[in-house]
Amino acid sequence: MKKSLKHRLAILSDAAKYDASCASSGTTKRDSSRSGGLGSTEGSGICHAYAPDGRCISLLKILLTNFCIYDCAYCINRSSSNVERARFSVDEVIWLTLEFYRRNYIEGLFLSSGIIRSSDYTMEEMVRVARDLRLKHNFQGYIHLKTIPDASAKLIEEAGLFADRLSINIELPTDAGVEAFAPQKHPANIRRSMGELKLKIDEAREPTLKTKRRKRFVPAGQSTQMIIGADATNDATILGTSARLYGGYQLRRVYYSAFSPIPDSSQHLPLIKPPLMREHRLYQADWLYRFYGFDIAEITHGRADGMLDLELDPKLAWALANRDRFPVDINRADKEMLLRVPGFGVKTVMSILTARRHKRLKMEDLARLKVSLKKVKAFIVADGHTPMNLLDRSDLKAMFMPRPEQLSLL
Amino acid sequence: MRIVIDRRGDFEEWRDHARHLLSAGIRPDAVEWLDRAALGDDLFGADEATFETKAALTVPRGFVECAQVVVCHADLAAYGVLYRLLWRLQTERHLLSITTDPDVVRAHQMAKSVGRDSHKMKAFVRFKELPAVEGRTQRQFLAWFEPDHYIVGRTAGFFQRRFTDMDWVIATPKGSASWDGDALTVSAHPACNPELVDDTDDLWRTYFANIFNPARLKVKMMQTEMPKKYWKNLPEADLIPDLIAGAEERVRAMAAKPATTAPKFHYSIHKIKG
Ligand code: SF4
Repeated sequence: MKKSLKHRLAILSDAAKYDASCASSGTTKRDSSRSGGLGSTEGSGICHAYAPDGRCISLLKILLTNFCIYDCAYCINRSSSNVERARFSVDEVIWLTLEFYRRNYIEGLFLSSGIIRSSDYTMEEMVRVARDLRLKHNFQGYIHLKTIPDASAKLIEEAGLFADRLSINIELPTDAGVEAFAPQKHPANIRRSMGELKLKIDEAREPTLKTKRRKRFVPAGQSTQMIIGADATNDATILGTSARLYGGYQLRRVYYSAFSPIPDSSQHLPLIKPPLMREHRLYQADWLYRFYGFDIAEITHGRADGMLDLELDPKLAWALANRDRFPVDINRADKEMLLRVPGFGVKTVMSILTARRHKRLKMEDLARLKVSLKKVKAFIVADGHTPMNLLDRSDLKAMFMPRPEQLSLL
Repeated sequence: MRIVIDRRGDFEEWRDHARHLLSAGIRPDAVEWLDRAALGDDLFGADEATFETKAALTVPRGFVECAQVVVCHADLAAYGVLYRLLWRLQTERHLLSITTDPDVVRAHQMAKSVGRDSHKMKAFVRFKELPAVEGRTQRQFLAWFEPDHYIVGRTAGFFQRRFTDMDWVIATPKGSASWDGDALTVSAHPACNPELVDDTDDLWRTYFANIFNPARLKVKMMQTEMPKKYWKNLPEADLIPDLIAGAEERVRAMAAKPATTAPKFHYSIHKIKG
């Protein structure tokens, strides 16, 4: 007997939950007031709910099918797993997307799939979902398609006309890791696909000669995901891989996904509690690299094993290891150095830069900006405040350490 | 001087009063702002005064934008904060750039709170479908929402731009908004909860339960982003306690399960002997 839609939705969303991304931001602004259709995207994405795992639910994140002819060890859908299988039709995915959207549960769709028959066959079905949503249903919401490895360039190009974002997962931070755990995937092919997509995106950004208009093509760019903690790669290597991806392929985002135990998992993989704190630190480091002017080498320099400190955030860890760069005078220092003060975010720094044109700033001023004085006081000079010799104290690090907590076992 | 506000969250109403007060030279601390709805029949009423209106005021760029947001704040004090800023701006032209000034900070915090509430409204409104209306092809939807601030007016446009091809109403205790394909109507009247049901909520709940990864429980994070005060109008929220309670056991059971042998198709796909 055919499984009900609800039952299949349960299976195919369960199978999708290991993908970290649920972002719906960074695409073009558009709405339906002129077309009279359905849907809009207005800059920043919206999280319509949060699951008890603390993750944002912005998109309907599902698989077209969890049947798969590949056997990637870390994946719940791998061919050797005994997980219950199901499949949606193209029209069912469209129906779910539109009905969920109308009730304001979601910003749009994030569709991926196991590989059935062939890469092209699978990719073609996914493209049909996106095309029909746009052309038949006049849908302006967000669409993210995960491209199928080795799908033809023509299909990827068509996908890009209808999707806001495309992603190709790098899966593991090193080539050796991919080869060991995803025997049917090839790192060189993954990189080639990313490179081709980048070229097409660049091409579309150029206005055409005739119409002087830019083609809409993957306006929210491409992203990827790396699984953390399934193999022994250290953080320095992981972040190095990210830096190459950001630089070489202009990825918008690299997602880190703490390896999470899956039902019926492969015996080659650790059954561990997902390293959530490590994942969090990697995101912080990634952020410092993209928005705070840090080099990866600076961030990972602190420890010989190439791992980030789990107890301190990477900015604080850097500051403690580079005390000679402090204290920073908030009434004088340039923006670059202000951004390096632990406890200052980009907004705080902008407020400081604006306010100090008119007055000399004191600690009270920072307090009003909701800066934690406790955190910053050792690192800054303000009107009426010098950090004394806090910076010389050998127990400075201890002052920032979290209070000991009972460790919980799996 | 008592000023009675008729339409909370209405920037123009505040502006008209503020203009009059300012041209009459009335100091901020001499003004008491009152809410007509809160006064009820107890008619202390406004002070009747006629001012002569001077030419249009000039204010720095950014003030109007900020005031339009702050005026939506549920705390009536917002009206006073804005008037004080306006008053001070007459002599301190750079006031808004002093981002650490107590009045500026207060206004910013209020604006932030209103902004957050508007954002949460865009996120947490849940439309329920109503039966079709005869002679209308557009589908009919209604949502009940309880915002903290008077934000229905400023958020209505978002829903109109997004849900253009359907008819909808958003009803709240602080006013309502509706769209019929032609006109967006906003009313300040408090509405009542219509307590509707929509079968599609069941599919959404299925999705919510299954997209959750029990091995990554982070309850605090969820609650900061989706505070409990919103839960009662979210169809998925009553699943949360059980999902949390069962998470650890699910992970343990998963780990305890013995390894299985791969299904047959695995061997045929990869041409290996089973
Ligand atoms: S190809 Fe994708 S779905 Fe299939 S086993 Fe590998 S990771 Fe899983």
